[in-house]
Amino acid sequence: MNFELPEELKMLKETLRRFVDNELIPIERETLDGAKLKPESEKWLNEKAVELGLWQFDVPEEHGGLGLGLLAKTVVWTELNRSIALPTRLPEIFGGASPILYNLNETQQERYLKPVLDGKLKTAFAQTEADAGSDPAAMRTSAVRDGDHYVLNGSKRFISNALGADFFQVIAVTDKEKAQRGGISTILVDADAPGVTLLREQELITDDKPWEILFEDVKVPAENLVGKEGDGFKLAQSWISTGRIRHAARGMGIITRCLEMATTYANDRVTFGEKLADRQAVQWMLVDMYTHLHQLSLMVYHAAAKYDRGEDIRNEAFMCKVFGDTKSFEAADNCMQIHGGLGLTKELPIERFWRDQRSMIITEGPTEVLKMALARQVLKEYG
Amino acid sequence: MKVLVAIKRVIDYNVKIRVKSDETGVETTNVKMSMNPFDEIAVEEGVRLRENGSAEELIAVSIGPKQAQETIRTALAMGADRGIHVETDDEVEPLAVAKLLKALIEKENPDLVVLGKQAIDDDSNQTGQMLAALVGWSQGTFASELEVADGKAKVTREIDGGLETIQINMPAVVTTDLRLNTPRYASLPNIMKAKKKPIDESSPADLGVDISARLATLKVTEPSSREAGVIVEDVAELVDKLKNEAKVI
Repeated sequence: MNFELPEELKMLKETLRRFVDNELIPIERETLDGAKLKPESEKWLNEKAVELGLWQFDVPEEHGGLGLGLLAKTVVWTELNRSIALPTRLPEIFGGASPILYNLNETQQERYLKPVLDGKLKTAFAQTEADAGSDPAAMRTSAVRDGDHYVLNGSKRFISNALGADFFQVIAVTDKEKAQRGGISTILVDADAPGVTLLREQELITDDKPWEILFEDVKVPAENLVGKEGDGFKLAQSWISTGRIRHAARGMGIITRCLEMATTYANDRVTFGEKLADRQAVQWMLVDMYTHLHQLSLMVYHAAAKYDRGEDIRNEAFMCKVFGDTKSFEAADNCMQIHGGLGLTKELPIERFWRDQRSMIITEGPTEVLKMALARQVLKEYG
Repeated sequence: MKVLVAIKRVIDYNVKIRVKSDETGVETTNVKMSMNPFDEIAVEEGVRLRENGSAEELIAVSIGPKQAQETIRTALAMGADRGIHVETDDEVEPLAVAKLLKALIEKENPDLVVLGKQAIDDDSNQTGQMLAALVGWSQGTFASELEVADGKAKVTREIDGGLETIQINMPAVVTTDLRLNTPRYASLPNIMKAKKKPIDESSPADLGVDISARLATLKVTEPSSREAGVIVEDVAELVDKLKNEAKVI
């Protein structure tokens, strides 16, 4: 049994740690405009990403990417998230195409995937609805087949990157009876199709500004269906586990940074004649961060290595996301507490970690829903 | 042209050094180690010579414990073609290192050897000079610029009060100063490729070199701590303090 990262991934981790320390952290408050990179930062980062060989690292080999395994990706996600220089959702520079697009057929790939990878088209993933966040059975947006078209009706909300998107990957009900058992499909919808309206921008606790989108009798060519009719839920399931590992890997980066900042500050700051570092209340917070980081690393590396061996990691992914998001939020919260008033300022990255990680506990599967799903597995396994 | 670079695994430059309680040395347990920064500059220079076509092969050598192979792997990821590891757990003094490198030079026949001007752990600044003397080659130390052409090397040296440019005949030993270049980040594809590059393993005995220590370390202690300075309001206060407190005027 070996708990160590392979040598080359250790080297990758070292290299990225240095890159983030030397190049990202010094400018981390100047790179973004809202949730997006400023144009000059994007250009600079693009060059750096090429230099580091990380440009579109997330893209599979058959589409011109590096074909990295999940374990290697977790290392990159962890290290890049030690700084707030980059948007919470990593920019396309690192290969941000949603995994659904790799399931397109050849004609669709030419028209939709390739331009996305070339940076010519922008896209957004549209699943969440007012009454259907985690519960796909409650989904209302429908796509009804009519000859060589589907007619799409309904609305979606909390759709990130909707503004400026050229097309949407819409999850819609094609068979109400079957619902998530073969009644949900994925359809590519051009943003300029008649009947598509960006309804309103939603201001969130995070810098991300998602949109509510309305579809009214939108005619979509039948060839824009991804996979087979009814495959939508299955497709989403096939990559949802790796998405949860990504949450946890990001959490590792954030706990690491919070631990670094909190220990440094605790060693410096003196109150009532004593260093914060000498106070047990503070020590326990630091020790908890350290322990959680260790636990999370073991969980994430184990799950990723298992996935790379081709095994199922559904249960591990539930645990990683819940543990990673909640413990990284706790780390940001305690790091803020240790910093006192300074922790509340926008001069330090803590407040952004705090806002982002609070939102992560809800985003892409709230803790309670994931625990409910995991409970079913636990009851089956031990019941 | 064949270039050989020598690299040393040292305590990372960011680590706060702690002296062992028994005063026999510094604490290295659970301490982050990495390539000596001056040696990183040497590797970068070698890679640049390799990239601009001046060099056909770049070999990275490290002498030290098993883990020195990680340091060699880093040099391979930066662009060295192959590595040589001379394994020993003993402390090797600059003269022993120079003798080992001499033995490797006789085996490999490089045209240029590039080393860091010193390692940040013992700050000896001796190995390059000793090596040049042992093999009878020209030396260009503290290089901040290096040009190689037509069997000669032009080396700009950082010396007290300015820069000195010398031309030396090859083969030569060059040691690097901080401003020679900025070492690159090893790129992800190169890190993956480095895994497959060969590392030759040997020992001081294989090379027929006696590395036994010629120096005995009596003790290692922390530098004495200094009290923080004070800022004086004006010249009058300064003079007063110099007269009455320091009693130097």
